Amino acid sequence: MSLTTEQRRSTAATTPRDRVIQAASALASGALAAVITTQVLPVTGPVPFGLTWLIAFVAIYWLAVQQSDDALAARDRIMTFVITTGAAMVLLPLVFILGFVFVRGVGALSVSFFTEDLSRTGTLDAGGGLQHAIVGTLQQIAMSVVMAVPLGMMTAVFLNEVRGPLRRPVRMFVDAMSGVPSIVAGLFIYAVWLISLGNGGSGFAASLALSILMLPTVARTAEEVLRLVPGGLREASLAMGATEWRTVWSIVLPTARNGLITAVVLGIARVVGETAPLIMTSFGSTKLNANPFNGLQASLPLSVYQLLSNPFAAQQQRAYAGAFVLVVLVLTLFIITRVLGNRKSGKRTRAFRLFKKRSAS
Amino acid sequence: MVPSQVTTDVPRTLLRTPTRSDRIYRGLAIGTGLLTLVILALIGLNLLLQSRTAIQSQGLRFLTSNAWSPQQAEPSFGIKAVLYWTIIIAFIALAIAIPVSIACALYLTELAPRQLQKPLRSLVDLLAAIPSLIYGMWGLLYLQPHMIPFATWISTKLDFVPFLRVSRPSFSSSALIAGVVVSLMVIPICTSVIREVFSQTPQGEKEAALAMGATRWEMIRTVVLPFGRGGIIGGSMLGLGRALGETIAVALIISPIFVIRPSVVETGANSVASLIALRFGEADALQRSGLVAAGLALFGLTLVVNTIAAFVVARSRSGAGVDI
Repeated sequence: MSLTTEQRRSTAATTPRDRVIQAASALASGALAAVITTQVLPVTGPVPFGLTWLIAFVAIYWLAVQQSDDALAARDRIMTFVITTGAAMVLLPLVFILGFVFVRGVGALSVSFFTEDLSRTGTLDAGGGLQHAIVGTLQQIAMSVVMAVPLGMMTAVFLNEVRGPLRRPVRMFVDAMSGVPSIVAGLFIYAVWLISLGNGGSGFAASLALSILMLPTVARTAEEVLRLVPGGLREASLAMGATEWRTVWSIVLPTARNGLITAVVLGIARVVGETAPLIMTSFGSTKLNANPFNGLQASLPLSVYQLLSNPFAAQQQRAYAGAFVLVVLVLTLFIITRVLGNRKSGKRTRAFRLFKKRSAS
Repeated sequence: MVPSQVTTDVPRTLLRTPTRSDRIYRGLAIGTGLLTLVILALIGLNLLLQSRTAIQSQGLRFLTSNAWSPQQAEPSFGIKAVLYWTIIIAFIALAIAIPVSIACALYLTELAPRQLQKPLRSLVDLLAAIPSLIYGMWGLLYLQPHMIPFATWISTKLDFVPFLRVSRPSFSSSALIAGVVVSLMVIPICTSVIREVFSQTPQGEKEAALAMGATRWEMIRTVVLPFGRGGIIGGSMLGLGRALGETIAVALIISPIFVIRPSVVETGANSVASLIALRFGEADALQRSGLVAAGLALFGLTLVVNTIAAFVVARSRSGAGVDI
């Protein structure tokens, strides 16, 4: 009986014993589910089997833990399982949707998809492409960026740098604006630009509607980024005699550069797949129109939507290819934001380098 | 060194007059900040202006009539049935999205291993970045064929429930399928709001619960969930705002009907936004005015829902609305 052999207690949440109980319950409930789905239920297949398995597992696992431990532990394990399953349920559709678009889209892609429009392709013909839609999307997105990004940035500067008593109401309005349904933004531009001002539908009208949707996203993201800029940098600049404007322009904005680019990319990602506002602003077309200020213009989401409503296989194939390109575009933008987000902001700015050089010499 | 003469220090008077460039900068910033208000006001005003023709033609019937036939000799149209289906689809979406979002938020804040938290958050964000068109396409071509057997089965087994009883056995393009697809689009926004509120639960209270011998689930039930109640309500209402305004996914899936009936699994549903999207191209001036009026109703509805949601979330963030 020595007192020195103290055993270190394992604090791991799941012990080997738990794992054995889990595995046994899974096995038992799997067998039970197999019996139920093949003998009792009128439907067979992987989905009914999976659901029955889940329910059977919850019941059997609860009984097993209750027998081996107590009711408290059983409730804890069951709720942990339910929460984890719920979280997995969120990611399942993501896999299905991306898989669906990739499988259908890759086969439908062709060279002519990028080099031809649909003006001389019949609905039953193969060939033809969505070049006109790709051009339209790029132009419309570029114009919305030019309009919405400066305004969004300036709103962010107002919210975080200028402040003042109007700050809270403005933040509320930005939030309210981000909740405006996209189709309402389209109706608004239709009512003002097309009806009241008498312009025709065009790519520019579409980009006006898109920038209404982009503005709040850019403003809120940029505001969060500006909040991360250390106050010391601002104070140092002001103490050196710089004006407020100079401080924002030369110190705050460059320091937050990466985050601000993320804000722009998020803004683009917000509108790149928007379809609803285009229905009443650019109307879509089958011909290449490189002038966004005059005449109807196609764009990727709108063309995909219009092609999907067409019953012919060739048109459906084009819709799949268009959806694939759209998803690849969104994924690319998404990866850009993650790469930028992981890079440390504020290390590469002129002010920071200058500061390092001065303090070194 | 001793100063030869002692002078009394007089505090310097600070003059705080901004330079001209700063005045311009501030003016510009305030102006841009107020631009959001101007745009919101302009949206309401212009929609009201353009819907005048329709409202003059229909009067109060616009809110109380089910039918939508503006191209008849005697045009008659109203949004009662459309509004009903909009709300039904939104509620189906929320009924699925709220529990799943709470589970997902709890997993992200309390259960997930630390290294997994960031990638999982990214995946939820990715779910939000996928365009609604893609959701609609997937719902129409993949989910619908897989859901019809399920809808058929549940409807024949549970036909004493009015929501599941059908008058004829056709189950495609229903409110249920649209609601399921919309729920997927609502989950990311609900999850991110709820997760943020959950993550602000005071660490001390969680540790106190665990130290008193609570299991992890008891800790979640007695500390995290009560603390995050405001976030759950606010996040759900934000999701409701999104669900009400969802256009393209719903427009692709449903086949429009203009009657009010309880069954959600039978073919046929509608929504304000999809009505606008589906009818706009073919509409004449009067119908377009009617569609703008429907858009105005949608704008007002989402504005109210989102504003209440923002208040609830803001209160729960400051901790003022929480009493355990």
